[in-house]
Amino acid sequence: MWLNRDVISILDFNKEELLDLFSKAKLIESLKENNLKNLKGKILTTAFFEPSTRTRLSFQAAMLKLGGSTLDLGEPSISSLAKGENISDTIRMLDYYSDIIVIRHKLEGVSRYAAEICEHPVINAGEGTKEHPTQTMIDLYEVWKTFKSLENLTYAIIGDIKHARTISSLILSFSIFKPRKVYLVSPLELRAKEKIRSFMEFNGILYEELTTFSEVLEEADVFYVTRIQKERFSDPYEYEKVKGSYIITLEHIKRMKEGAIILHPLPRVDELSPKVDSSKNAAYFSQARGGLYLRMALLRAILTGE
Amino acid sequence: MSEKELRVTKIENGTVIDHIPAGRALDVIRILGITGKENYTVAILMNVESKKLGKKDLIKIENRVLEPREAQLISLVAPDATLNVISNFEVKEKYKLEPPETIEGLIRCPNELCITNKQDEPILPKLKVVKGSKIVLECIYCGAILTSEEITRFIL
Repeated sequence: MWLNRDVISILDFNKEELLDLFSKAKLIESLKENNLKNLKGKILTTAFFEPSTRTRLSFQAAMLKLGGSTLDLGEPSISSLAKGENISDTIRMLDYYSDIIVIRHKLEGVSRYAAEICEHPVINAGEGTKEHPTQTMIDLYEVWKTFKSLENLTYAIIGDIKHARTISSLILSFSIFKPRKVYLVSPLELRAKEKIRSFMEFNGILYEELTTFSEVLEEADVFYVTRIQKERFSDPYEYEKVKGSYIITLEHIKRMKEGAIILHPLPRVDELSPKVDSSKNAAYFSQARGGLYLRMALLRAILTGE
Repeated sequence: MSEKELRVTKIENGTVIDHIPAGRALDVIRILGITGKENYTVAILMNVESKKLGKKDLIKIENRVLEPREAQLISLVAPDATLNVISNFEVKEKYKLEPPETIEGLIRCPNELCITNKQDEPILPKLKVVKGSKIVLECIYCGAILTSEEITRFIL
């Protein structure tokens, strides 16, 4: 099911495969002292053509915990790319040195192309504004652990719906695990792209676009909060006007229903007040922690089939 | 094609492209790169009555045989078209165009941020042909969609 699989889009996987992965991750998470060091001698290379700290470190930590080794391409500005080498040649070289390659690029289609030219499996660690399949696996894993199911839940997705690839990728997964309803909460300028809206309509995903989350506080099971970047606004005053509307505070938490959770792909800026961290609804640190186990399960499954 | 429908004379040698959806003849002309400055005769009939399509377009091109590449591209804007190869006023060959499963290296991806649009990368654009009531192309690398109406703008 998993051996030598590429991970390019969340849509490359079905319900059965994803639930299998979550069970594997949960098993690893339950082992206090992991003795799964069966990736000894295997090399994972991270090639991040776009800045990333968390995702890169999380993949590297997952590989090291499984007994494998890691290589890193380094900053594109100091690697061979700076000398004018094309992406294709760079990826081919990495394929010769590695057993698995993790790629992030601002261009779209790079990881699919890399998978085509590489002998070894390729994992997309974020691409363009549409795909971030392993982050979505992590998001779903946290929801699955909390609700024991991924169907029929109500999501409030808050932030930059237009540009955040974590959001777009999560929305793609709603064609696999059908939610009850999805509220897309964003300033008008950052509403979902037409393509995402037609994807939801084509897949019969019930959704509603809102500019504030106040009216869904009592209804949503999962609040998926993301950062709103100032630079996305054509008018900085518009940003100043709306930024406060997308911050979750303890007052909001009080209105949330019992058992509702708040997720965030992190890093956060000010959209989640640190005071919220200790509330029982805050699941974003658990989500980040689970991310490590999810990625361990994924690497292990791809490299050993187990 | 009945004599009643035939509003222009028969051609001696060349190609007749029949059963083009009404309104798409000019797209076919664009695909063939015909500017009107060539020294061969081209007849374009638009909105001709058709039993099969209701209305159709039809093109006659004297002294030109289509290349497979051109036939493939035409099949995307006119998936039901038939190609007649004319020799000595007679139909020597007649075949129905069939849109391919994928189209490689002939049409570029409409997404400027797609890897296939990056110069210096040895990668050919590859689009999946999604057949429905109208043909839609989908980039196999980035998933960008190209509608049937947009195709001629992205021909390489």
